Amino acid sequence: MTMTLSSHLLPSASLETWSLITAVAATAVAGDVLTAGAMRRIGDLDDIRAHSGLLGAIKAVVTSPMFLLGVATMALSFFTLLFTLSIVDVSLATPASAAMTFIGNAFAAKFFLHENVDRRRWFAAIFVCLGVFLLAH
Amino acid sequence: MKHTLTPQRYLVLLAIMVTVSFGDTLLSHGMSQVGPVSIHHLGLLLTALKNPWVIGGIVLLIGFFSSYLSALSWADLTFVLPSTAFSYVIIALLSRFWLHETISVSRWLGIVSIVCGVGFVANGPSLTEHPVPPKAILTAKEQA
Repeated sequence: MTMTLSSHLLPSASLETWSLITAVAATAVAGDVLTAGAMRRIGDLDDIRAHSGLLGAIKAVVTSPMFLLGVATMALSFFTLLFTLSIVDVSLATPASAAMTFIGNAFAAKFFLHENVDRRRWFAAIFVCLGVFLLAH
Repeated sequence: MKHTLTPQRYLVLLAIMVTVSFGDTLLSHGMSQVGPVSIHHLGLLLTALKNPWVIGGIVLLIGFFSSYLSALSWADLTFVLPSTAFSYVIIALLSRFWLHETISVSRWLGIVSIVCGVGFVANGPSLTEHPVPPKAILTAKEQA
């Protein structure tokens, strides 16, 4: 009965589907926030390049443990997406995870990076999220 | 202080949009020539690396990641992500006019929605200014 009801409400999705899509979005948000946090700690790359040249700027980025963790998390998100695509339709998995990532990033940037996510930025995240979803249909 | 961007930094945002959209489109075109890759034929991925479209796509995506990291070093994540979301629109237009795919009404609505989203952040501050914590001010006064 429950199965019938849930399949009626969400015709192309199940709990497993949404768990996988959420896992893709959560790892993508973690990757984005870790990378953005690392870049904030490293500082303005234009200034570093002016002082130490392009190689100095590249060295500052690739020797940051937070950046490397961010890239590893992005890679994990990519493989989670690949696994999800083997079970869930691409027309649902890709836009749903991208849209969730946009909203998740706004929350995570506010709480972890202490960014000033004002009304204007919330609206931007919501409109882009909606747009990404519509583009895939 | 309101953080606004210099023309050079707007160019970096533009580079992000252009490189990711052209990079993805080149990869898509190249992979359609290579054919489907299954878990049992992963060697095909090495063959894909010889395809000029795939190579071009990878080069552009490396350019995208460098510009993206550069932007994150001087702007907020919640500014960079929506303002570069215009790349989704470029990809849709490339798929329409270069790959000759059809754009449905809902896709056009999606494009309009993203353009609105980009408009919300385009003129706003690019970086959050964190006030100096009172403890740091006290320490500075004590040192003086």
